[in-house]
Amino acid sequence: MSVAAERVGEVRARGLAPLWAAAALAFLLGSLVVGVLAGPIDLPARAVLESAAAHLRVPGFESSLTATEEAVLWEIRVPRVVLAALVGAMLALAGATYQGVFRNPLADPYLLGVAAGAGLGATVAIAYLPDGLRGQRMLPVAAFVGGTVAVVLTYAVGRSARRERDAATFVLAGVTVTAFFTALQTFVQQQNSETLQEVYAWILGNIPSTGWSDVVLVLPYLGVAAVVILALRRVVDVLALGDDEAASLGVDVRRVRLALVAAATLGTAAAVAVTGLIGFVGIIVPHTVRLLTGVGYRVLLPLSAVVGAGFLVLADVVARTALSPAEIPLGVVTAFFGAPFFALVLRTSRGGSA
Amino acid sequence: MREVSVWLGGRTVVDRVSASVAEGEWLALIGPNGAGKTTLLRAVARLVPFAGEIVLRGTPLRALSRAELSRLVAVVPQEPVTPPWMTVSEYVLLGRTPHLGPLAKEGRRDREAAARALERLDLVPLAERPLGTLSGGERQRAVVARALAQEAALVLLDEPTASLDIGHQQQALELLDALREESGLTLVAAMHDLTLAAQYADRMVLLETGRVVADGAPGDVLTEQALAAHYEATVDVVSVGDRIAIVPRRRGAPSATSRSS
Repeated sequence: MSVAAERVGEVRARGLAPLWAAAALAFLLGSLVVGVLAGPIDLPARAVLESAAAHLRVPGFESSLTATEEAVLWEIRVPRVVLAALVGAMLALAGATYQGVFRNPLADPYLLGVAAGAGLGATVAIAYLPDGLRGQRMLPVAAFVGGTVAVVLTYAVGRSARRERDAATFVLAGVTVTAFFTALQTFVQQQNSETLQEVYAWILGNIPSTGWSDVVLVLPYLGVAAVVILALRRVVDVLALGDDEAASLGVDVRRVRLALVAAATLGTAAAVAVTGLIGFVGIIVPHTVRLLTGVGYRVLLPLSAVVGAGFLVLADVVARTALSPAEIPLGVVTAFFGAPFFALVLRTSRGGSA
Repeated sequence: MREVSVWLGGRTVVDRVSASVAEGEWLALIGPNGAGKTTLLRAVARLVPFAGEIVLRGTPLRALSRAELSRLVAVVPQEPVTPPWMTVSEYVLLGRTPHLGPLAKEGRRDREAAARALERLDLVPLAERPLGTLSGGERQRAVVARALAQEAALVLLDEPTASLDIGHQQQALELLDALREESGLTLVAAMHDLTLAAQYADRMVLLETGRVVADGAPGDVLTEQALAAHYEATVDVVSVGDRIAIVPRRRGAPSATSRSS
């Protein structure tokens, strides 16, 4: 007993190695700096720092930027970087959550039909809403509603299954709903082929330069989703043992899974509503973190969010600067880097390591 | 346990089974494949819906919350899921889940319980190793350690020695027996190896097609007639000292001297 007591300090779940935590934060910080400085209008780092200090009312600092530069920095560039970081964090967090809850290394945030539903919502909005209503106001709402309806439908289909309602049942239901909504979306798109390009651009995803309004729009959803997921992160490790064993350890598997999936889906739907369908972030970021650190979900979840934020900020920098002034769709950038990486993950991961 | 029945996919898998186990006792569930041993264990852990009544220390199973039940009953499944990236300590700490709220972190008491379990199962040198790097026997010990950290009074084991060689089988059962004596655990184990089961169990319940066909001390349950009738096995039941051994006999071979003659 006394020996056991001496060892108590050592028996704990691996925390975050300080080195990895520092590396992840440095990556995020570096990405944010690059994101703010990179762009068609050259803003010197020194002037940006002075402007920031002036905005924070640090005495003795005055911004050397012109009024236009000030506007570019604070009304366009910073909010865009913040939005990219929020969406990247959300997609990575949701992806890691889905992978844990469904014990499937290939699960991504779009597994249960969010993408197809949001795609249908956006297509309908672009095709049928009068120009005045369409714009920036209604499209996110339609996409959000579409995505949420699709996942609720997936849940209903999964629940109605006569077979055992395990995680795989819901994945199958998600495949079903995705196929159905994709069919509807394609039909609507074909009927309104003049909107094809606009729909296509939306589906490939981009971070809009809409100032702070979209940040304010998504923040409550992302906040709620992140709080729920991070509060339950220990339970995700228990769920990794499978439904039966998690239940025999006292976990109400269905309720916890519902809470986690609902939170991840809500956050994803909100993110997708403003940025379109950005692929691969939800898969490659958690896998990279796992491959590098080997940690359990309680650490993987927050770490994925931090790395996901940095990754999407960098991807957005590439998207808006590589062919400036044209923008490359963000989904193209993430997939261009994501696909080769994913091949690597498949090469190195052994089965069941989700 | 009274009149417990379980239906799976329209088939009666466990049929009005009544049995009881005293605290500190080792009860072996035996019976041919498909007799309902695993399903009966799953009913006691409330992992499958059942009819009838199961009472634990005077409390009906149905009246307990999931977490309350898990503080009383631990399960060692036949094929436990052991995520390869999870370290032994992390895995054993998960055994503390029923003692924690869904949002709580492990406290000092939980780490102490896990430390005791690790020490008791000689897992201290392996504590930081990922489960994926362990041998079958080491992994089995990690699973038992997790159940021990759970500090439940009743431990249900489904084929605890299924994937172990004879030496490790013996070690595992000796260990379980020692734990039973030290901590006053009650063990209910589904077992296939009747010779080993006879050595460790206080009592045996023989199931066939979901029904109890024999219940009693190993010497009374394991008869050549019973094994022929229920396992369709031709065996000699011989005694070696005060132990019973089940020796399979090729059909047509003459019967060896059985212990009754």
